[in-house]
Amino acid sequence: MLQKEGQFRNPSGCAISGMIHRKGERMAGDRIVTSISYMHDRSNGLGGGFAGYGIYPEYKDQYALHLFYDDEGAKNETERFLERHFDVYDINRVPTRQHPNITNQPLILRYFANPKKSKMEQSALDEREFVARCVININHNISGAYVFSSGKNMGVFKAVGFPEDVGEFYCLEQYKGYCWTAHGRYPTNTPGWWGGAHPFALLDYSIVHNGEISSYDANRRFIEMFGYKCDLLTDTEVITYMIDYLSRRQGLGFRDIASVLAAPFWSEIERMPKPEREKLTYFRNVFSSMLITGPFSILLGFEGGLMALNDRLKLRSMVAAEKDDVVYIASEECAIRAICPEAENVWSPRGGEPVIVTVEG
Amino acid sequence: MKIDATNLHFKMLNQMIKESGETEIEVTNLLGQRYIGAGMEPGKTLTLHGTPGNALGAYLKDSAIVVRGNAQDAVGDTMDTGKIVIHGNSGDTAGYAMRGGEIYIEGNAGYRVGIHMKAYEEHFPVIVIGGKAGDFLGEYQAGGIIVVLGIGCEGTPVGRYCGTGMHGGQIYIRSEEPPENLPAQVACSACSREELAQIEPYVAEFGTQFGHEAETLLRSKFYRLLPNSNNPYRQLYVHN
Repeated sequence: MLQKEGQFRNPSGCAISGMIHRKGERMAGDRIVTSISYMHDRSNGLGGGFAGYGIYPEYKDQYALHLFYDDEGAKNETERFLERHFDVYDINRVPTRQHPNITNQPLILRYFANPKKSKMEQSALDEREFVARCVININHNISGAYVFSSGKNMGVFKAVGFPEDVGEFYCLEQYKGYCWTAHGRYPTNTPGWWGGAHPFALLDYSIVHNGEISSYDANRRFIEMFGYKCDLLTDTEVITYMIDYLSRRQGLGFRDIASVLAAPFWSEIERMPKPEREKLTYFRNVFSSMLITGPFSILLGFEGGLMALNDRLKLRSMVAAEKDDVVYIASEECAIRAICPEAENVWSPRGGEPVIVTVEG
Repeated sequence: MKIDATNLHFKMLNQMIKESGETEIEVTNLLGQRYIGAGMEPGKTLTLHGTPGNALGAYLKDSAIVVRGNAQDAVGDTMDTGKIVIHGNSGDTAGYAMRGGEIYIEGNAGYRVGIHMKAYEEHFPVIVIGGKAGDFLGEYQAGGIIVVLGIGCEGTPVGRYCGTGMHGGQIYIRSEEPPENLPAQVACSACSREELAQIEPYVAEFGTQFGHEAETLLRSKFYRLLPNSNNPYRQLYVHN
């Protein structure tokens, strides 16, 4: 019989790890796989995943759509949709290797594509909005098809399994990126399935998350008013959509986004100087339904940067460190030391205060 | 006895430590192995090199642990007696629900250090932090002593919400200024030199461990936080 919450104990939490090169130099993907592997016991084998930025320089001007298909029917229907809406430059299977611990894999394909000009003009949408709507459309309307990565020059790789196995399965040593994030999953409330592994991505935004969103339904109801559909059966996807909405559609900077998602307490806002107080009061009023409550630590990857954020009560661990031009952020220091034994300036970012690192130039 | 922990899973490592008849054990190349020293026979001394994992020295009883490096989260979780000395920083929730023994941290400590720390009769836990501590220091503290020395720190060496829910025990902070915006259930006052007598042995031990002149540290200005018994259970979390 399926055990309900409270009938079993989950003695652990998820694991996250990320690294970014400030000068944009590209680093091989196996380093992030090594990093997350040292937090093996924070996951339970029901999900692992990675996001790499700068990994497709040969297709940097096309959207890289990564798809899971449950069956041929879903593939055929999706490809008919893609043909109508996109100029597809290349289609291939995402390279994988046989792995004893990764089973029940769906069909995993990637498409390098740009929106069809005529379709886009007809829709009167800008390019990114057009692509985002197409992604949501496929995920919501085509049964058995999931777009799990849709940015330019970036890609998400995820599966059911431990993260180190997922990294080997996807041959990540063959990719190089200026920024990588990783996740080891320990699902507590929702099923472990391929689409439910982290990262959750829309366009170039990707999220890995350790925690549990108490405000999920409030956040979901709000964001679904703007055309997003929460179809992936887990809480983290709503964070991705809220960030897409605040960054791309509202034009907020990442520091401001952090103060919407992890808004300071009213008691703190009261003590702030007037301009700051007015701005944060405005945010809390206008975006009150986008406050995330409950414990979380997240890494947000975006084109040219990485943001780390803890909930305002600091209920999840997160450690950051630096060495030369690389910044490392992980749930545990061992994950950083595993790939950079000489890491310096180790610190724990404060609850609600984002760490934002961008690539120079 | 020496153990090289390279690629050794915590289960195997802890089994080797537990089964060793020797009292002095040195472990090198640690990288995240959890629960080191948890449930260990009393009377051992562990010297650890590298980065030991979470819940180091949990339930520790009459043993000593020395870390040559940084420690992660939940050092000395529910510790009973003994001593943990960290030549580096510690992560979040060091001394979680600790009910006895001593933890000395040379550098900075993370968030919620000393949460739910308690004392009872001869059980009296102590945490001394050389640098600064993160937010929620001494959250729900019920007993024992936390000392924050702030060596080399600018400003008050504790974060926000210090002593939230505190209803027993004491927090001593070496600082020119008292912490700002303390919760209502905490009373803060400057200490006279006499009032520091209670922490003298612990500051002296800290000085011996890490090479500081205890008397010089004790001559600085200290503030002491005690639960304000007029209003001990006022909640933070409803005012969000």
